[in-house]
Amino acid sequence: MTTAAPSVRAKQRPADRIFATSTVVAGSLILAALAAVAVFLIAQSIPALLVDPAELKGSPSSFWAYVAPLAFGTVWAAFLALLMALPVSLGIALFISHYAPRRVAQGLGYVIDLLAAVPSVVFGLWGIKVLAPAVTPLYTWLTENLGWIPLFTPPVSGTGRTILTVAIVLAVMIIPIITALCREIFLQTPVLHQEAALALGATRWEMIQMAVIPFGRPGIISAAMLGLGRALGETMVVAMVLSPAALITFVLTGSQNPSTIAGNIALNFPEAHGVGVNALIATGLILFLITLVINSIARIVINRRKAFSGAN
Amino acid sequence: MTATQPAIVNTLTTGRLPKWAPWALLAGSWVVMSAVFALMSAGGGGDFNIALAIFLGTVLFDVAIFVIAYLVEGARQAKNRLVTSLVATAFIIALLPLISLIFTVLSEGLHRFDLQFFTSSMRNVVGEGGGALHAITGTLLITGMATLISVPVGLLTAIYLVEYGRGPLARAITFFVDVMTGIPSIVAGLFAFAFFALVLQDPGIRFGFGGSVALSLLMIPVVVRSSEEMLKIVPNELREASYALGVPKWLTILKVVIPTSIAGIATGVTLAIARVIGETAPLLIISGFTASMNYDLFSDRMMTIPVFVYTQYANPGSDVQAYLDRAWAGALTLILIVMALNLIARLIARIFSPKLGR
Repeated sequence: MTTAAPSVRAKQRPADRIFATSTVVAGSLILAALAAVAVFLIAQSIPALLVDPAELKGSPSSFWAYVAPLAFGTVWAAFLALLMALPVSLGIALFISHYAPRRVAQGLGYVIDLLAAVPSVVFGLWGIKVLAPAVTPLYTWLTENLGWIPLFTPPVSGTGRTILTVAIVLAVMIIPIITALCREIFLQTPVLHQEAALALGATRWEMIQMAVIPFGRPGIISAAMLGLGRALGETMVVAMVLSPAALITFVLTGSQNPSTIAGNIALNFPEAHGVGVNALIATGLILFLITLVINSIARIVINRRKAFSGAN
Repeated sequence: MTATQPAIVNTLTTGRLPKWAPWALLAGSWVVMSAVFALMSAGGGGDFNIALAIFLGTVLFDVAIFVIAYLVEGARQAKNRLVTSLVATAFIIALLPLISLIFTVLSEGLHRFDLQFFTSSMRNVVGEGGGALHAITGTLLITGMATLISVPVGLLTAIYLVEYGRGPLARAITFFVDVMTGIPSIVAGLFAFAFFALVLQDPGIRFGFGGSVALSLLMIPVVVRSSEEMLKIVPNELREASYALGVPKWLTILKVVIPTSIAGIATGVTLAIARVIGETAPLLIISGFTASMNYDLFSDRMMTIPVFVYTQYANPGSDVQAYLDRAWAGALTLILIVMALNLIARLIARIFSPKLGR
């Protein structure tokens, strides 16, 4: 005679355990892989930090003197790309979410996604063979007429293989990323807010200013940061288009341009040997840390937003 | 009787531009700018730059619509029209590089898009001739291996996140999967190199399998995200019905949840393959480049199409044009593969998705 009914528990079959465990292992494997990326990059970077800097490429005074122009070029090119891509992406996202007729909006979204499907090496080929010759006359004009601005100090590059050309191609490549995220966020704007603004007599732009932009601001910021992260790590365009030099300069149109970390690795890795390989891996580690921080911040902002909006 | 009746005024449309006005203005601006450029190229020589004409014509339209709307409709409406036209301009600006790129790849790539390109490698080829067979097999092998690694890991992780995962581990995985989507591809290549160089004690290691590992690192987060979304939309009623019949949880997942969402998962996997098949940088690092066929993932350098395009461009011989033609043909092949994968993904989604409506 039992007095209290025993709580019924589902029978644990061995197959259930095996399956559940294998999913946990797979999930943990991802975390382990990310940790392994950091560990192995650090392990392979240490020789470069300890070696006599004279053995590095270009004989810099220290490892950090070797990295500084590359880090500057990486951030500078990505910043320029973001500067160009953000307004255009916002425009496209608004166009698709609030301006285009609903029937064609989806199709227009696919067209922009096509840009994201083009492999980066093809963008590089296009940048060097089509874009660079096309913008060279513009650069000549800029240096001749606006040369007093430090950004356009003469002499002009004769080939168009400058950091501005790289930034333009990078901008084209990150436009679909920023657009896709902004579009999603703009579409989440509460319809009641928008209709209320329109009912009060606002024009469509005033409605967007009052209802859509304030609602989407955190999302726009994190979308921009994700685009920045992509631009920081983009390799082939820089390796193919830029004519690199080891210096720090803000000039956009000259023939002496700071290279980027990723582009420098791609150009020098196939021929590198000995401690040169370690130095390149060390720069890669720095790139990894920069993008990791930027992506983490962007994701934290997005995730917090999810909790706010009640979309989930 | 000729009492002149005043024309009936529609108060709703007075002071507004007619509906066709912006379109007419846009077309007019394009025509004007094209005419200016045509005159310039006829007078001063040089090529007729259609892209620049379209771009400047659109800018002219932005200015014109603002001025005209300001005169007819007032400041607020003018601002609204200006923003509308600017937003449309942004879209056109993004279209210009896309059209230019597709046009260039098609026109330049078709020179060498022939049978020889797909049936021969670059072994002992200097100058004209040769092909990308070694690169195509390499891409298929490396990407196939990457898919074999990524799909089980990605799918199991997605199952964990949707069916089992609660608490800090699940949250950590979700967060880091998101972060992983932003890892630069070259870092993935460097990791594969650093890992295998240390483990196999070979400081100059180059082999195909390393490329697969690097690509998996880029592919897994995409597979996890898309599979997770698909598993989430499987209705809970299906799971509960299965439990009610006494089916264990793992069989419920295998026989009910996954078959229901298999179309979406397949679409996600295809899109993930399309994403990594064009990756150049990691393969340049860890798989290297070669002119010969190599069917063995575990030894020696292996060529892939993106690296083929890059090396043909970067290391031309004496006959530069032959190398460039091959690079463009490789680019065309690559774009066609990516487009085909995207198309297949959409077809899978359309044909095999469960029919919910009756």
